[in-house]
Amino acid sequence: MKRVTPMVVMGAATFYFLIPIWWLFVAASKSRSEFTGTTPLWFADFALTDNLGELFAYRDGVFLRWMLNSVVYTGGAALLGTILAAMCGYALAKYRFRGREAIFNVILGGVLVPATALALPLFLIFSRFEATNTFWSVFLPSLVNPFGVYLARIYAGASVPDELLEASRLDGSGEIRTFFTISSRLMFPALVTIFLFHFVAVWNNFLLPLIMLGEERLFPVTLGLYTWNTQVNQLPELRMLVLTGALVSIVPLVIAFLLLQRFWRNGLGSGAIK
Amino acid sequence: MRALSVVLVSALALGACSSGGSSENTAASTGCAPSEGNVTLTYTTWIPGIENVVKVWNDKNPNIQVKVQTGPNGNGGTYANFFNQLKAGNAPDLGHIEYDALPSFRVQDGLTNLADCTEVTAAKDQFVDWTWGQVTFGEENAVYGIPQDAGPMALFYRKDLFEKNNIPVPATWDEYAVAAEKVKAAGGYITNFSQSDINQFAGFAWQAGGRWFANDGSKWTVNLQDEATTKVAGYWQGLIDAKLVSAVPPWTTEWDNAYNTGQAWTWTSAVWGANSIMSGAPDTKGKWAVAPMPQWTSGATVAGNWGGSSTAVFKGSKHPYEAAKFALWLNTSEEALTLLNSEAQLYPATKAGAKLPALSEGVEFYGGQKIYDVFATASTQVAPDFVWGPTMTSTYATASDGFKAAVSGNGTLLDALKTTQTKTVENLKSQSIPVAE
Repeated sequence: MKRVTPMVVMGAATFYFLIPIWWLFVAASKSRSEFTGTTPLWFADFALTDNLGELFAYRDGVFLRWMLNSVVYTGGAALLGTILAAMCGYALAKYRFRGREAIFNVILGGVLVPATALALPLFLIFSRFEATNTFWSVFLPSLVNPFGVYLARIYAGASVPDELLEASRLDGSGEIRTFFTISSRLMFPALVTIFLFHFVAVWNNFLLPLIMLGEERLFPVTLGLYTWNTQVNQLPELRMLVLTGALVSIVPLVIAFLLLQRFWRNGLGSGAIK
Repeated sequence: MRALSVVLVSALALGACSSGGSSENTAASTGCAPSEGNVTLTYTTWIPGIENVVKVWNDKNPNIQVKVQTGPNGNGGTYANFFNQLKAGNAPDLGHIEYDALPSFRVQDGLTNLADCTEVTAAKDQFVDWTWGQVTFGEENAVYGIPQDAGPMALFYRKDLFEKNNIPVPATWDEYAVAAEKVKAAGGYITNFSQSDINQFAGFAWQAGGRWFANDGSKWTVNLQDEATTKVAGYWQGLIDAKLVSAVPPWTTEWDNAYNTGQAWTWTSAVWGANSIMSGAPDTKGKWAVAPMPQWTSGATVAGNWGGSSTAVFKGSKHPYEAAKFALWLNTSEEALTLLNSEAQLYPATKAGAKLPALSEGVEFYGGQKIYDVFATASTQVAPDFVWGPTMTSTYATASDGFKAAVSGNGTLLDALKTTQTKTVENLKSQSIPVAE
C-alpha cells in the first residue's frame, strides 16, 4: 500500500509534464486544415513529414540555420563557460590569496541577479563598442555563470584533496597542468552538472538575443520561432511551422538530458549536501 | 508649435526614458539634404518576405543600399528594441511602426520630421487622406512617416447561410441587431465579439465618430467615453447581454473553428481579414461575401479602420533624404506595392494602390466576388481625424481586461471604458505627458 501513493503522485506528475509534449507532437503532425477542426490530443492525418519538409525549406532553410546557431551559442557557451567556472571555483577553493572571500561573495551575489535584468545594460555597453547585432553580442555574455563558480568551488573543496596537489607539485607538475590532468577529472561529475545548468540557462535566455540581434541569420531558434509566432495573424501559414519548429527545437535538449542525466542526478545530490 | 516642442522636451527630460540630450527643438524639421557618396541604410521591419521587395530596390539603386533587419512584431518586442536603440544612439535609419504606435515615438522624440523633404510633401496627394493624417497627427509642417498599409473595414458574411435563412444583409447596425436574432434562431451567432483585441472595437468607434485622443499642441485630451464610443459600447453590450454574439478569444484555433464550422456568420473586419478567413476557415470556401460596413444612420457611407502601418525615419539617421526616398518608393511604386501585397497581404495606403491588378480581380474563396472593390471604397470613407494616444499598449491592456470581464458578466463595456479612461490619464501623467482634464 505504501508504494501506491508515491506511484500515483509520480504518475500524475509525469502525465502532467508529458501532456504538453504529447499535444505538441500531435499538433505538429497535422496539416493546417485538420489542426483547427480535430481533437487536439489525437492524430488526424499524419502530415508530420510534410510539415517538416515545409519547415526546413521555408525561406532557404532559415530554421536549420537557427537550430545551428542555438547549438553553437548554447553548446559553445556552456562548454567554455564550464571550463571558466571550473577554473575559477577551483582557484577559489584551493588557493589562498588576499580578497578571496570578497571575490567569492561578489560572485555569489551575481547568482541573485537574473539574466533578464542584465540584458538592457549589456545592450548599452555593446552599443558603445558598436558590437550589437553580432554573434559575439550574444555569445560573450553567455559565458558568465556565477552559479557554476559556486558549485565548482564547493565541489573542488570536497573532492580534490590538498595532499594530492602537494604530491603533484613535488613531482614537478605546473598548476595548470595539475588542474587539467588531475583536478578537473576529480571534479568531473560537478562539471557535467554545471554544463547542463549552463546549457539550459543559455538555451532559455531569450531576452538577450531579442534585444541584441536584428539580423535574422544570427537568431537562435527560440527567438526565430517567437518572431514567426508574432506574425501568425498576418501570415497564418506560419502557425504550423511554429508548431513543427517547436517540436524540432526541443530535440537537442531531450538528447542532452537523456545522455547526461546520470551525472545530472549525481551533481544535484552532491551540490545539495556539501 | 513652439509650445508643443517645449512641452515635449520637458516631458522627455522628466520621463523615464530621456535619450541623452540631443533634443533641442523637436518640432523643427532637421533638413533633408542628399548625402554624398554611397549610402547604406538599415531598415527594421517584421513584414514577412520583405527581403524580396528590398532586393528590387537594391538592384536598381547601387548608391543607396538597404539592409534589412528583422524581429518580432512591434508589440512583441521590436518597439521596445527601437526605444532601446534610440537611447543607445544606434537606431536603424528606417523602422516599421503601426499607426497606433507612432505617437509614442513622437512623444519620445524618436522620429525625424520629413516635412523638409520636398519629395515627401509632394507625395501627400498620392495617399488616401486619412492615412496621411495618421502620420502627421494633424500638425502643420510635419510628416513623421510614410503611410504603408491600411485596414479599411467591411462586413464579411456567410452569403450561403444568409440566403438560406432568408435574412437580408444588414446595411445598418439596427438591421444587424435584428439579423443577429434571426441568426440565433437559426442556431448560430452573428459574430464573435473581440474581447481581447481592442483594435476591432477601436475601428467601430472610429466609424461612429469616436475620437479617443486629441493633441492641441500643448496638452493631450483623452476621451474614451465620448458620445459615439459610448453608443458603440452600449450597442455591443446589448448584443452580449442578449447572448446574440459569441465571445471566443480572437486569434485562437477555437476562434478559427467557430468560423470554420459555421457557428459565426459575420465578421466586421479589415481588408487583411480576407486572408484570416481563408486560412482559418478553409472548409467555408466559396460561401463568404463582403458587404460595406453597417452604418449608424441609414444611407450614410462611413467606414472604420483596423490596423495599418507606416515606414518612419528615426531620429539620428544620417541619411534622411535617402531614407525618405526609399520609403516613398517602398510605399508608392507599383512594383513594391504589388510585391508587398503578394508577400505579406499588405493593402496599400495609396490611392493608386487600390487599383493594383491583384486587387482588381475576383477572389475564388469569396465566390469570385471582387471583394477588394468594397475595401477600396471603404478606404475613401474612413474619417481622417482619428488620433491615437501615446500610450496605446497600456490603454489596450486595460481595455482588454475590462472587456474580458464584461464578456463573462462582470461589469459592462462601459465600465471597462471608464476604467481605461482613468488609467490612461494616470499613465500619461506618470510619464510626464501633459493631459488636459
